[in-house]
Amino acid sequence: MTETEDAWFAGVDPGAAEAAAAIRESEADEPRDWPALAVESGFAADEDEYYDRLHEATVDAAREAARAAGRADDQQLIHALRAMDDAERTANELAERLEEWAGALLDVEEAATGLDFAAVVAATEPEDATEERAVSLAKRAVDLRDERDDLRAFVERRAPEVAPNLAEMAGPVLAARLISLAGGLESLAKKPSGTVQVLGAEDALFAHLRGHAPSPKHGVIFTHEFVRGTRPDDRGSAARALAGKLSIAARIDHYSGEFRESVHEDLRDRMETIRARAADAGGEGDDGAADAEVADE
Amino acid sequence: MSELPAGVERRTVAGEERLTTAGDPVYGEPTVDGRRVWDAGRSKLGAMLELGMDTCLEGGESVLYLGAASGTTVSHVADFAGPTYAVEFAPRPVRDLVDVAAGRPTLFPLLADARSPREYAGVVESGLDCIVQDVATRGQAEVANRNAQFLGDDGLLLAAIKARSEDVVADPEAVFEDVRETLSATYEILETERLEPYHDDHLGIVARKR
Repeated sequence: MTETEDAWFAGVDPGAAEAAAAIRESEADEPRDWPALAVESGFAADEDEYYDRLHEATVDAAREAARAAGRADDQQLIHALRAMDDAERTANELAERLEEWAGALLDVEEAATGLDFAAVVAATEPEDATEERAVSLAKRAVDLRDERDDLRAFVERRAPEVAPNLAEMAGPVLAARLISLAGGLESLAKKPSGTVQVLGAEDALFAHLRGHAPSPKHGVIFTHEFVRGTRPDDRGSAARALAGKLSIAARIDHYSGEFRESVHEDLRDRMETIRARAADAGGEGDDGAADAEVADE
Repeated sequence: MSELPAGVERRTVAGEERLTTAGDPVYGEPTVDGRRVWDAGRSKLGAMLELGMDTCLEGGESVLYLGAASGTTVSHVADFAGPTYAVEFAPRPVRDLVDVAAGRPTLFPLLADARSPREYAGVVESGLDCIVQDVATRGQAEVANRNAQFLGDDGLLLAAIKARSEDVVADPEAVFEDVRETLSATYEILETERLEPYHDDHLGIVARKR
């Protein structure tokens, strides 16, 4: 039976309702000749019967998985994203503490810093009670970094389910960040694009409104390649164009939920036009600092 | 012009030669003599056949289709191929894919990420004849390499590479060159051709597993 251990049909009664769940939960290191193994193990009388059962199970599984995703909840995405940020910030704080503490306490030869340093400390064998505390703390910091990575993977997977167009356009993490800053997909969909453009730059915006600062060109959307990769002179235009399309993407996601390729093509065309200006000007660059405060990815 | 796989035939529709397969209509496509028109403008594989690329397909192959979307192309593939596993990552198009698959007994829809074959290696069988790939994510060549484990000896890869998925601003030719190089670790490339005028900035690739 070891050969069929990883098979989706392992331990499944033919035709049972659990077959669809088995498809969804199945994982394997490598594929095998499942039809032949299914016949061998008695799951099906012959390959035709196996394919019939596979068909029924995959159709049920895909239908149920798609339905479950339809219930995908923007609030859960927001929680996951904020938890990801919390885990990252806390892990980095602990790493700083460790650099100060364990840096003096232990002979760490590697030239590592931050969480990489914490990982080196975590792998050290403690020799007294003090070292034990430092090493233990390092392990927690490294675990927290792993948790951050898992949360990020969750956000990357969930964002396209909650907002397919926004996630395609912004990338899943930035999409989640915009939804989080707006407080939900619906409220993001209802915001004017000028607001979307400066989401995450509220401090700079209010400084501007109080009359002692220029208006911010961009908020978190600065992390998007279309903005960051455009030369500073044209970044305002790029941010405005991107924010406009992101607003449209959020509205399609909220009101229709269908993926729409044309809005992505429109944005790419617009960006090519904006970037062509730099070529016309014989200009280079995309160095230069951001004007508004930005939350980095 | 190369031979079409058995089950794919040209028919004259409204004065034009069009590709067709036999099966239940899926997306309101025109039909002729009970056959469905396969629109090369809506299908990368359709465009590869329409452009006369030698896909080496004969008909009846077992297929892993990566990036099935709502099932437009994979429905035609299932019409002429054998067992066809259709992997799609986004849940919304999978709803349509399920409807397409429900009426096709050897089409198996899977909601999974083509970048992590672990998710479906317990379902998709080994020793397949062909992978058809149309995924619009970054790292398309890497996806093809990782999925080569499902192919049998001399298994085929028919891929449509979208330049803009790799880098929106780079020159497509430079992107395609990188893709060819990455692929050649796992595949011997038999033929490549740009898919214009049907699909802009796409490269059709026919390759064989090394």
